[in-house]
Amino acid sequence: MPNKKKIIATTSLAGCFGCHMSFLDIDERILDLIELVEFNKSPINDIKKFTKHCDIGIIEGGCCNDENVHVLKEFRKNCDILISLGECAIMGGLPALRNGIPLSECLEEAYLNGPTVKDANPRKIIPNDPDIPKILNKVYPCHEIVKIDYFLPGCPPRADLIWNALYALVVGNEMLIPYEVLKYD
Amino acid sequence: MGNTINAIIKKYNGDETRLMDILLDVQTELGFINDWTVEQISKSLDIPQVEILQTLSFYHFFHREPRGKYTIYLNDSVVSNFYGKEEIKKVFEEELGIKTGQVTPDGLIGLFETACIGMSDQEPAALINEHPFPSLTPDKVKNIVKLMKEKKSIEDIKGNKYGEGNNSHYLMRSLVNNNIREKGAVIFSDYTPGEAVKKIVKELSSTDVIEELKKSYLRGRGGAGFPTGLKWEIARKAKGDIKYIFCNADEGEPGTFKDRVILTELPKLVFEGMIIAGYAVGAKYGILYLRNEYRYMKNYLEHVLQEMREEGLLGSFINGKKGFDFDIRIQCGAGAYVCGEESALIESAEGKRGEPRDRPPFPVESGYLNKPTVVNNVETFCTAVKIILNGAEWYNKMGTKESKGTKVLSISGDCERPGIYELEWGFSVNDILKKAGAKTQDVLAVQVGGPSGNCISEKEFNRILAYEDLSTGGSLIIISKKRDLIKDVVLNFQHFFKEESCGSCVPCRTLTVIYEKIIKKIVDGKGTKSDIDNLLSWAAFMKNNRCGLGQTAANPTISTIKNFRQLYEEKVKGNIELFNPDFDENSAIKDYMEVVNKK
Amino acid sequence: MSIFVKFTIDGQICLAEEGKQLIEAAKENNIYIPTLCNFSGIPPKGSCRICTVLINGKPATACTTKVSENMDIKTSTEELENFRKAVIELLFIEGNHFCPSCEKSGNCELQALAYRYKIMAPQFPYLFPKRSIEAWHPKLIKDHNRCILCKRCIRGIKNEQGKSIFAYGKRGENLEINIDKETSKNISDELAQKCMDICPVGAILVKEKGFTVPIGKRKYDYNPIGSDIEKK
Ligand SMILES: Cc1cc2nc3c(=O)[nH]c(=O)nc-3n(C[C@H](O)[C@H](O)[C@H](O)COP(=O)(O)O)c2cc1C
Ligand code: SF4
Ligand code: SF4
Ligand code: SF4
Ligand code: FES
Repeated sequence: MPNKKKIIATTSLAGCFGCHMSFLDIDERILDLIELVEFNKSPINDIKKFTKHCDIGIIEGGCCNDENVHVLKEFRKNCDILISLGECAIMGGLPALRNGIPLSECLEEAYLNGPTVKDANPRKIIPNDPDIPKILNKVYPCHEIVKIDYFLPGCPPRADLIWNALYALVVGNEMLIPYEVLKYD
Repeated sequence: MGNTINAIIKKYNGDETRLMDILLDVQTELGFINDWTVEQISKSLDIPQVEILQTLSFYHFFHREPRGKYTIYLNDSVVSNFYGKEEIKKVFEEELGIKTGQVTPDGLIGLFETACIGMSDQEPAALINEHPFPSLTPDKVKNIVKLMKEKKSIEDIKGNKYGEGNNSHYLMRSLVNNNIREKGAVIFSDYTPGEAVKKIVKELSSTDVIEELKKSYLRGRGGAGFPTGLKWEIARKAKGDIKYIFCNADEGEPGTFKDRVILTELPKLVFEGMIIAGYAVGAKYGILYLRNEYRYMKNYLEHVLQEMREEGLLGSFINGKKGFDFDIRIQCGAGAYVCGEESALIESAEGKRGEPRDRPPFPVESGYLNKPTVVNNVETFCTAVKIILNGAEWYNKMGTKESKGTKVLSISGDCERPGIYELEWGFSVNDILKKAGAKTQDVLAVQVGGPSGNCISEKEFNRILAYEDLSTGGSLIIISKKRDLIKDVVLNFQHFFKEESCGSCVPCRTLTVIYEKIIKKIVDGKGTKSDIDNLLSWAAFMKNNRCGLGQTAANPTISTIKNFRQLYEEKVKGNIELFNPDFDENSAIKDYMEVVNKK
Repeated sequence: MSIFVKFTIDGQICLAEEGKQLIEAAKENNIYIPTLCNFSGIPPKGSCRICTVLINGKPATACTTKVSENMDIKTSTEELENFRKAVIELLFIEGNHFCPSCEKSGNCELQALAYRYKIMAPQFPYLFPKRSIEAWHPKLIKDHNRCILCKRCIRGIKNEQGKSIFAYGKRGENLEINIDKETSKNISDELAQKCMDICPVGAILVKEKGFTVPIGKRKYDYNPIGSDIEKK
């Protein structure tokens, strides 16, 4: 047992919160986890800003806009270890399906030409308010922007995989990866 | 057009293994090969269109859309760049009003780039409608463009300042120079065509020929250094009544041009070597595989073959000997370095994409059309003739313990006297620098054996060129201290390997892309120390590729990291691993800003 | 009469018919050598390189090697296993593999190998190439994003008239699989299914088919690829 609780922060960038949901699927083990760790910035407890330096940062989702990049960099600054959780953080995931298509085409399809928006946007506006995040030319895997220390694949990653990884990290054991918990879908 | 295609196909008896020739001829006639043409060829040969496309789309010089009445291929080799290729390119682009990769709107002139065309001794060079234009200057370019715009014939554009020796032969009329700086005792020594054939017919059985070669310890000059006598012996013993002799004149290793000069000045010596191989092995057919970049020699070489037929050196009853029949045809390539690999060369000559075969079986057991096939380099055949004429003992007096005789070297790069040097094995890199007129104190590195070889630093300039020390197929590129080694050399070579991979093996197809990408990143000042470490460790994966191309494709990077690590470290200095220096937020949002600002 | 030869794999003494493909010979001795481009019954072409082993100390692909007496074969050295991992990772980064939305997920040999080797994320940068999905064919879909260019379809599929349907196009990083418009025109449903089945990944699909097996029941959900060979 570690003598001091590890501090964890989590975030969802260009993800769907599925990885966070899967995290909660560790069920009653969450009680064990609470014994071992303390949560800082995270949607789980709704802490919005880092209040102290953390041991572990868990990232869901890749980077599709500049805000994602800023949050990711903030995590890198405030956490000793970063984990990419899930396919989107690791390789962009389904949002990265757009990576082969020029951004202008994507935006035009989404706001001007798509069957659901064609008549709904008579002034043909692509949202451009300076306050909304700016979209990147492609969706970036997190490790293409900052150094990522560990990767937990899956869409979503199985709860057992997340539990095994966190437990191993916190306790300092080697991580167990039974065959059926490592999946990419 | 349909008639033209059918006539060409008829010329090759509707033989699908002659698809390369059919496509080359069709392109010469029609200018390009579009879907309609592919369909016609497919119908005539009764093979699926995708199979024709498979061959067609593999080769760099085949194209499916018009590339201009005049098609310019500017040489993008390392040495061409040393000698001002970028400026030449700029002048072409300005004069033509197009970018490289485009055709003028009137369809008259197309401007493209290509990998080393074997003119490293006279750069910058370009091919225009398959004719080499060496030693280009901005003024020459302006004049060439002017003449093209006036729709002058290619002969008029070339002018009449032909190169020395056979370059000015009426069937070649090439502007290329030989630049033979030093002649040796084996290749560029006195030679009377036909004497060696006469000698074997009179005095030597096929096994005698092989024994003599084995005694000479002749090793192949194409790079791998396989004992030639042994190769011929295996082919001789291989089962089968039909056998083939191939001469490998694909010469695609950047910086190498010796075979160009040998073929220009001593074609009969090359062909006589093939005839002797035919005699020794029991083969009646020979094929010279000529790289497309040397197609300007084809008519001249065909003429030489015809002469040899008339002299009784080719055909049936050679030198009056019953059963000694041998003839040679020329197979042109269409732009693919990998076709220099012997099994890819054979595939290509069979009309297919140049994808190397799995080995075993080796070509000597099962090669062209699955028959036993000997593949040797141009220089190897020449050397064999001289060994037969003068004996193994004579030959063994030259060279070192494991490297007998002489070697023809292609020397280029930052030196006063680039060109061809035939030297006895056992010279050091320093000796060569001196001969070529490069001052050691100005030289940063020497690339020995082309991109797949080794890039050595001053510390190793006293090493000896020989199979037992620095082994080489014969090219040395001298790189002076004023060059940015990683940017000017390594990046170019990694790009070359990426472009030339046949794509069959996973590590070769993918890692060549990644090596170029990461070298580019380092050159742009965005690399990190772990990039350098990764490049070194990933090289181990390349070892398991099928052919020599993939097996050596990381060499430009790893040999320079090993010998010039400080140059890499300078480029990555100050970059921290925690935040990837290659990610730049401003350029990542550039597309978005353009879209929203447009409105 | 066939001759049997003795050889060793990682020190284990093995027996097999002389000249048998090393992959098959190993299988008969309950040893799994990972493969991707190999497909039982069609001529091998060592293109993926994943089956690379050391034969008397030298690397060679097991799918193109015939066993002979006294061969000394090593297959599970650390270096070879690292190489295999690299091959798998390279195939992932070279294409666009969105497993969560792939019809072949759970039944895909590439993915199964990645599971077997416990690959968490590739060590190489993603290339995100621009690749297309072709759907012009009446029965087949060709998803170039997932194609690993293993040539199985080229080598293993001929139409009812014995003509090729698939062939390579281009070379190097632009290498691709083309489908012939003429020779593929009238293929039967069975042949279309055979095309899909011969493909180790989800690059050839039969139209209007997919996700037929629920998660948990798919081929590689619980059983690692190769485990059937090793368990015997
Ligand atoms: C990628 C590659 C390119 C090659 N290019 C040539 C070439 O241009 N000329 C050549 O003679 N050999 C070349 N080789 C070597 C040939 O495969 C073969 O070993 C050689 O032609 C045999 O002739 P030799 O024994 O006379 O050297 C190349 C090999 C590889 C792997
Ligand atoms: S190593 Fe490269 S060039 Fe050689 S066969 Fe493999 S993919 Fe083709
Ligand atoms: S083909 Fe295989 S690896 Fe590729 S996306 Fe589909 S399941 Fe994943
Ligand atoms: S389509 Fe499938 S079988 Fe054909 S090469 Fe691609 S991955 Fe292999
Ligand atoms: S299975 Fe042997 S090389 Fe692919």
